[in-house]
Amino acid sequence: MASVPFEYGLAVAAALFLLGLVGVLVRRNLLFILLCVEIMLNAAGLAFIVAGSRWGQADGQVMFIFLLSMAAAEVAVGLALILLLYSRHKDLDSDALGVGSVQDEDERQRLARRGDA
Amino acid sequence: MNLVYAASACVAIAATVMVITRRNAVHALLYLVVSLLAVAVIMLLLGAAFVAALEIIIYAGAIMVLFVFVIMLIGPRNDTVNPRTWVGPVILGLVLLAELVYVITSGKATSVAVKEVTPRQVGIALLGPYLIGVEVTAFLLLAGLVGAFHLGRRLAVSLGRKGD
Repeated sequence: MASVPFEYGLAVAAALFLLGLVGVLVRRNLLFILLCVEIMLNAAGLAFIVAGSRWGQADGQVMFIFLLSMAAAEVAVGLALILLLYSRHKDLDSDALGVGSVQDEDERQRLARRGDA
Repeated sequence: MNLVYAASACVAIAATVMVITRRNAVHALLYLVVSLLAVAVIMLLLGAAFVAALEIIIYAGAIMVLFVFVIMLIGPRNDTVNPRTWVGPVILGLVLLAELVYVITSGKATSVAVKEVTPRQVGIALLGPYLIGVEVTAFLLLAGLVGAFHLGRRLAVSLGRKGD
């Protein structure tokens, strides 16, 4: 009855983190980018758990709890921003939402006229 | 135990690959829930039962529900509700179920060589040396709450409704 080797746990955490990173770099839909950030955060948390289990200390789990609450706060604000962007542009493509895009310029002028910006 | 570990690691990685390759956000979410469940199994095997429960309750429960809300607000595509959507996540979930049955029936679950860190130890560490971290986290959550509320009001205004 062998225990799980330390290195294998870290390898899985690294693989999940890399998958999340690839997702952030490859996908253009903002919702998917946020999902992939969640995957990366989760992988970092798994690395904390593996290390905490390796040394038999509670610190790893404490860090995971902090990470969890941080992820919750981040998702709340991130999803609110996504909803706001979608209601203004009807699009979640990160390439189409650049600062210099015509769409954005029109939006800024419209807001400036309305005195809302 | 290594077999169970390897199986859940494979399920986690396979489900995550499916998440980043799906076109439909609802399908990706289904796979992400399976991935989170598999990671929770790995945490359980590492002797962190409390955190495994938190992973399921908060990540797979609360945060994924937030994503579902937003996808529904944005408007799902027509092909979202399709029985074939469930095939992949169900197969991966069945692997996790098979692990559960195996661990229960083989009776080896109690002889894990990993030293378990109990919720009691976690609580003592959290509210002892890490108390300042808990307070900072409270500030962070408050900031998230205020930020989401503020953005939500701007959203209501931009949709042409009155705030509040």
